[in-house]
Amino acid sequence: MAETNGHSQANGHSYVGTRQIRPDGVDKVTGRARFGADFNLPGQLIGRVLRSPHPHARIVSIDASKAEALPGVKAVITRDDFGDQPSEFIPAGEMMMNYKDVVRNVMAREKALYEGHAVAAVAATSVAIARRALKLIDVKYEVLPHVIDVVEAMRPDAPLLHDDLFTVGVEPKPQKPSNVAKRVEIKVGDVDAGFKKADLIVEREFKTAPVHQGYIEPHAAVASASEDGSVELWTTTQGHFIVRAHCARLLGLDMGKVRVTATEIGGGFGGKTVVYLEPLAIALSRKAKRPVKMVMSREEVFKASGPTSGATVRVKMGATRDGKFVAGFAELKYQAGAFQGSPVQPGTMCAYAPYDIENVHVIGYDVVSNRPKVAAYRAPGAPISEYAVESVVDEIAKKLGLDPIELRMMNAAREGTKAAYGPKFGPIGLEETLNSIKKTEHWNTPLRKWQGRGVASGFWFNIGGETSVSLTVNEDGTISLMAGTPDIGGLRAALTSVAADELGVPYEKIRPIIGDTGSLGFNFLTGGSRSAFSGSMAIVEAARQIKQELIARACKLWEAKPDQVEWKDGAVRPLGALGEKVKPMTIADFAKVSGKTGGPIGGSGRINAQGAGPSFGTHLVDLEVDPETGRTTILRYTVAQDAGRALHPAYVEGQYQGGAVQGIGWALNEEYIYGEDGKLQNAGFLDYRMPVASDVPMIDTVLVEVGNPKHPYGVRGVGETPIVPPLAAIANAMENATGVRFTELPMSPPKVLKALKDKGLNKA
Amino acid sequence: MAKHHIEAVVNGDPVEFLCETEETLLDVLRDTLNLTGSKEGCASGDCGACSVMLDGRLVCSCLVLGCEVSGRKIETIEGMAKGDSLHPLQRRFLEAAALQCGICTPGVLVASKALLERNPNPSEHEVRFWLAGNLCRCTGYDKIVTAVMDTAAAMRKG
Amino acid sequence: MRYEAPESLEGAVALLAGAKGEARVLAGGTDLLVQMRADVVDPDLIVDIKRIPEAREITQDKGGWRIGAAVTGAELKDHPQLKQVWPGVIEAANLIGSTQVQGRATLGGNLCNGSPAADSVPALIAAGALASLVGPAGRRDLPVEDVMLGPRKLALQKGEIVASFWLPPRPPRSSDAYLRFIPRTEMDIAVVGAGVSLSLDGNSVISAARVSLGAVAARVLLVPEAAQAIIGSRLDKPAQDRLEAAARAACRPIDDKRGTTEFRIDVAAVLARRSALIALDRARSNN
Repeated sequence: MAETNGHSQANGHSYVGTRQIRPDGVDKVTGRARFGADFNLPGQLIGRVLRSPHPHARIVSIDASKAEALPGVKAVITRDDFGDQPSEFIPAGEMMMNYKDVVRNVMAREKALYEGHAVAAVAATSVAIARRALKLIDVKYEVLPHVIDVVEAMRPDAPLLHDDLFTVGVEPKPQKPSNVAKRVEIKVGDVDAGFKKADLIVEREFKTAPVHQGYIEPHAAVASASEDGSVELWTTTQGHFIVRAHCARLLGLDMGKVRVTATEIGGGFGGKTVVYLEPLAIALSRKAKRPVKMVMSREEVFKASGPTSGATVRVKMGATRDGKFVAGFAELKYQAGAFQGSPVQPGTMCAYAPYDIENVHVIGYDVVSNRPKVAAYRAPGAPISEYAVESVVDEIAKKLGLDPIELRMMNAAREGTKAAYGPKFGPIGLEETLNSIKKTEHWNTPLRKWQGRGVASGFWFNIGGETSVSLTVNEDGTISLMAGTPDIGGLRAALTSVAADELGVPYEKIRPIIGDTGSLGFNFLTGGSRSAFSGSMAIVEAARQIKQELIARACKLWEAKPDQVEWKDGAVRPLGALGEKVKPMTIADFAKVSGKTGGPIGGSGRINAQGAGPSFGTHLVDLEVDPETGRTTILRYTVAQDAGRALHPAYVEGQYQGGAVQGIGWALNEEYIYGEDGKLQNAGFLDYRMPVASDVPMIDTVLVEVGNPKHPYGVRGVGETPIVPPLAAIANAMENATGVRFTELPMSPPKVLKALKDKGLNKA
Repeated sequence: MAKHHIEAVVNGDPVEFLCETEETLLDVLRDTLNLTGSKEGCASGDCGACSVMLDGRLVCSCLVLGCEVSGRKIETIEGMAKGDSLHPLQRRFLEAAALQCGICTPGVLVASKALLERNPNPSEHEVRFWLAGNLCRCTGYDKIVTAVMDTAAAMRKG
Repeated sequence: MRYEAPESLEGAVALLAGAKGEARVLAGGTDLLVQMRADVVDPDLIVDIKRIPEAREITQDKGGWRIGAAVTGAELKDHPQLKQVWPGVIEAANLIGSTQVQGRATLGGNLCNGSPAADSVPALIAAGALASLVGPAGRRDLPVEDVMLGPRKLALQKGEIVASFWLPPRPPRSSDAYLRFIPRTEMDIAVVGAGVSLSLDGNSVISAARVSLGAVAARVLLVPEAAQAIIGSRLDKPAQDRLEAAARAACRPIDDKRGTTEFRIDVAAVLARRSALIALDRARSNN
């Protein structure tokens, strides 16, 4: 029987699981790679956006006539250039979106809802002229009172952002609009009964501030519209098919006529899964009849692209004195920014996911306020809710005198556990990560005064989704691999390894590219930790088609039956007696005669990948606090996380390390700082303090591999889980170092010093 | 206001360009000389993605005016590889997976090369503090620091 | 926007004195270019002083050191002798920003940007440095503590520029130190800065001292009471306590996105003490 599946060997060598050089690497270390702002078209105009200086204001009128008259200005657009969109909720990554909101976020209509909200845009022959043109646009605002804080925004007398926003998910249905868009809930068992069984109840309230994904590359796009309604767009994005869908919808274009190319992307972390500049660039290009290039400044990135929510979270947990969790309650209030759609739903689902608890009740509120609309940020919603729960778990451990890892083990979700948010877990690796941490030298190293150790676990579901790839055999036997999910951090290397093993072709003979929207079927975006998981699945399918085709051609050529041949080690091989008559044929051999044997050889994998397995992680951190200044130094950090199967171990480690350091920034120093006037005070890398190289130690990693049985290689997505545990791990370490439980992030030095002073602890 | 006419040397080649007073060296490199390897991450000297060498000094090109570089020597990422050979740092970064999205990589490589030219045997502490002006959001810096130190060791062996 | 790069002080002075609109001096550009890009300033004239010899030289002068206003932090660090004599000044200049920023940032620019959080200024003030100003009326020297009067307010007349700084001769058994508080390890603007310079007598008793605090008032402070607190002592615990109290009393800080009033006062005291201890340690080894 012909074998079309399985992992073949080329030259007796398997690539999956090894540390290959990434195919796009040389261009990236030489500066040749083209990121969004590196792309230029001859004759292009420069586009710039006029943004509201007010956090909340009615837009009374816009007079762009003077700007239009300025020599060098070729087009000006405002809300009048975008048709309104009816209200309709659509899945977008791991969140939902509504086009009525999208069109208003892209270009303000009735109101400016945050400082930085786009109000108009121009395209001109130079940057200087574009900047001057913006100053000539006369916008009349009626300034309205604003609200920034989520709890403030929930008050009945808070300034109202949308007079058509009625809270969904409460009974009876509200008669008056409010800033609360939605109430969500998950419920299992009876928490009240559970709390009655508890020997210990811990209840705490936590607060986090909005933080930005912090990608170093600002948003950038180049659009070129033709007179027949077709559009070419180059943009730095995590999902060019999604960009196509949004732009087509917002501008009334046929999707087939919009061809979007994803440039190399300089970081996204969820923040580049939505559109900002793209519809503007297309609209300007249509009007100006010339290509238009638009790039955001760093200030615009902070003021006008979505950070993640700030939140208030209340957690109440009950445990028996032996440490069994008997009840878990949480109430999450997440702020969504100017339009609804915070990640409170996934936050609700993830809060208790690492644990097997009989009684769980989590309520979540999605609240709008006058800030930029939030966008996904790596495991959206989960870091916040799991920070709160993992902090309380730590407190329970301390109060019961139990080892924090043992306590988690005792309650850990395992295969067969039914998660509070619904599904039953298949094989999962939480316990393995906890055990790995316990075995590290890190865990067993003694600490000194003012040093503390903290541990926390975390979870993210991961998704699969629609994926299209193609594998094409070139006439010389080399392979062209085309994937459709932008490569943010090593995807092409992973997919090439899989294709090499599947086809038995050397790694160097495969050239991967990310195809544009005209070249492939639909691909959902790079997000949800799905691109390696789904992409590799689709590659397996595409490779299977090629092998099947080549077996069929061999049979024809050799006049043989299928049971007389097999695919093995990169070739179709004759079995038994047939082997005396014919020699094996490799892909390259078939390629030479493809014209005569049926035509071009290729395979395409078009799937809706199912079976994504969740990834659990446990983080361990040591830190030291300077009691006289409140400054925290991270001394040592270890990440243990379940990857299922690491297609490329170095890039999996890279995800663990990168997510951990983002978490360190979130825990210690990053936050959006607003003044009383509702304006952002730290819209730059100077005062929005992300970790620099000297702020962090080496991040040790432990690659746990509990295979995902639903994936041909056992792969689990890994990209998001790493940012979930650090917040609590660091807060727990701070408690261990200082005796103070910090329930507000970031734990910046002024806050830490004040807390120590209040307890008389601020002496060396 | 007439533009400035500037002659300088970029990666060993003489160049000539026109620029407005307010254009930075980064603007000139990217938009006039089409050397897009140096990146704009912030335009305020806080991220290092635009790092270049100016007369042998590591600087942010967004903090230098184009009209200041008359007669001066500039080295960018595009000049780091020599012919067909990558610089040892470039090679090591690829082998060690010391880049993920790659946007910070040109700046990090230029800065790391400057470090190793001054100090062929830097400690981890010295590497981290030298590179503090190069923000990376993807890698958490671990593999970058390791790659720089491994390259230093390899280069010392000769 | 005009750009001029005069090759003499007289040339620079004439350009600035005669400027009709907004004129700015360009040394390292690490503040000016950022402000231009942020639309905070829109100069009609930029005067680049990097071709003026005095602004770029480090020379010995009257037993002390003369440092050009446009010498970069990196160049200061590379100078073989300065870091032995004035380690505090050198380390302060090399805390500004990043390696890249230190490749361009200058003492003159750091002072004339007019921020009370400037890193090099407390060290220069503690050192007793004089700023040499050259203008239409000629040359005059001002103690550095008298140059920055408030945020973005300088004692310079129209057409005057800082040409160089003079660090006085160093008695034996002297040294200095500069510490700053920032939330990260690099890159941040100082939330508090403390510069201490001191000299010891033959018995290791502090015979002279100057203490300067940055980012805790509208200008960088010279705190004579803090110096008095430690002169005549070996910086024992009572002297340290007196020093901290004097530092606290001198602070008049603001609440802003970088630190609260309370925080700045607390940390100013801690850094003054720690800085003095480092200077003492260095002075003792400077035998």
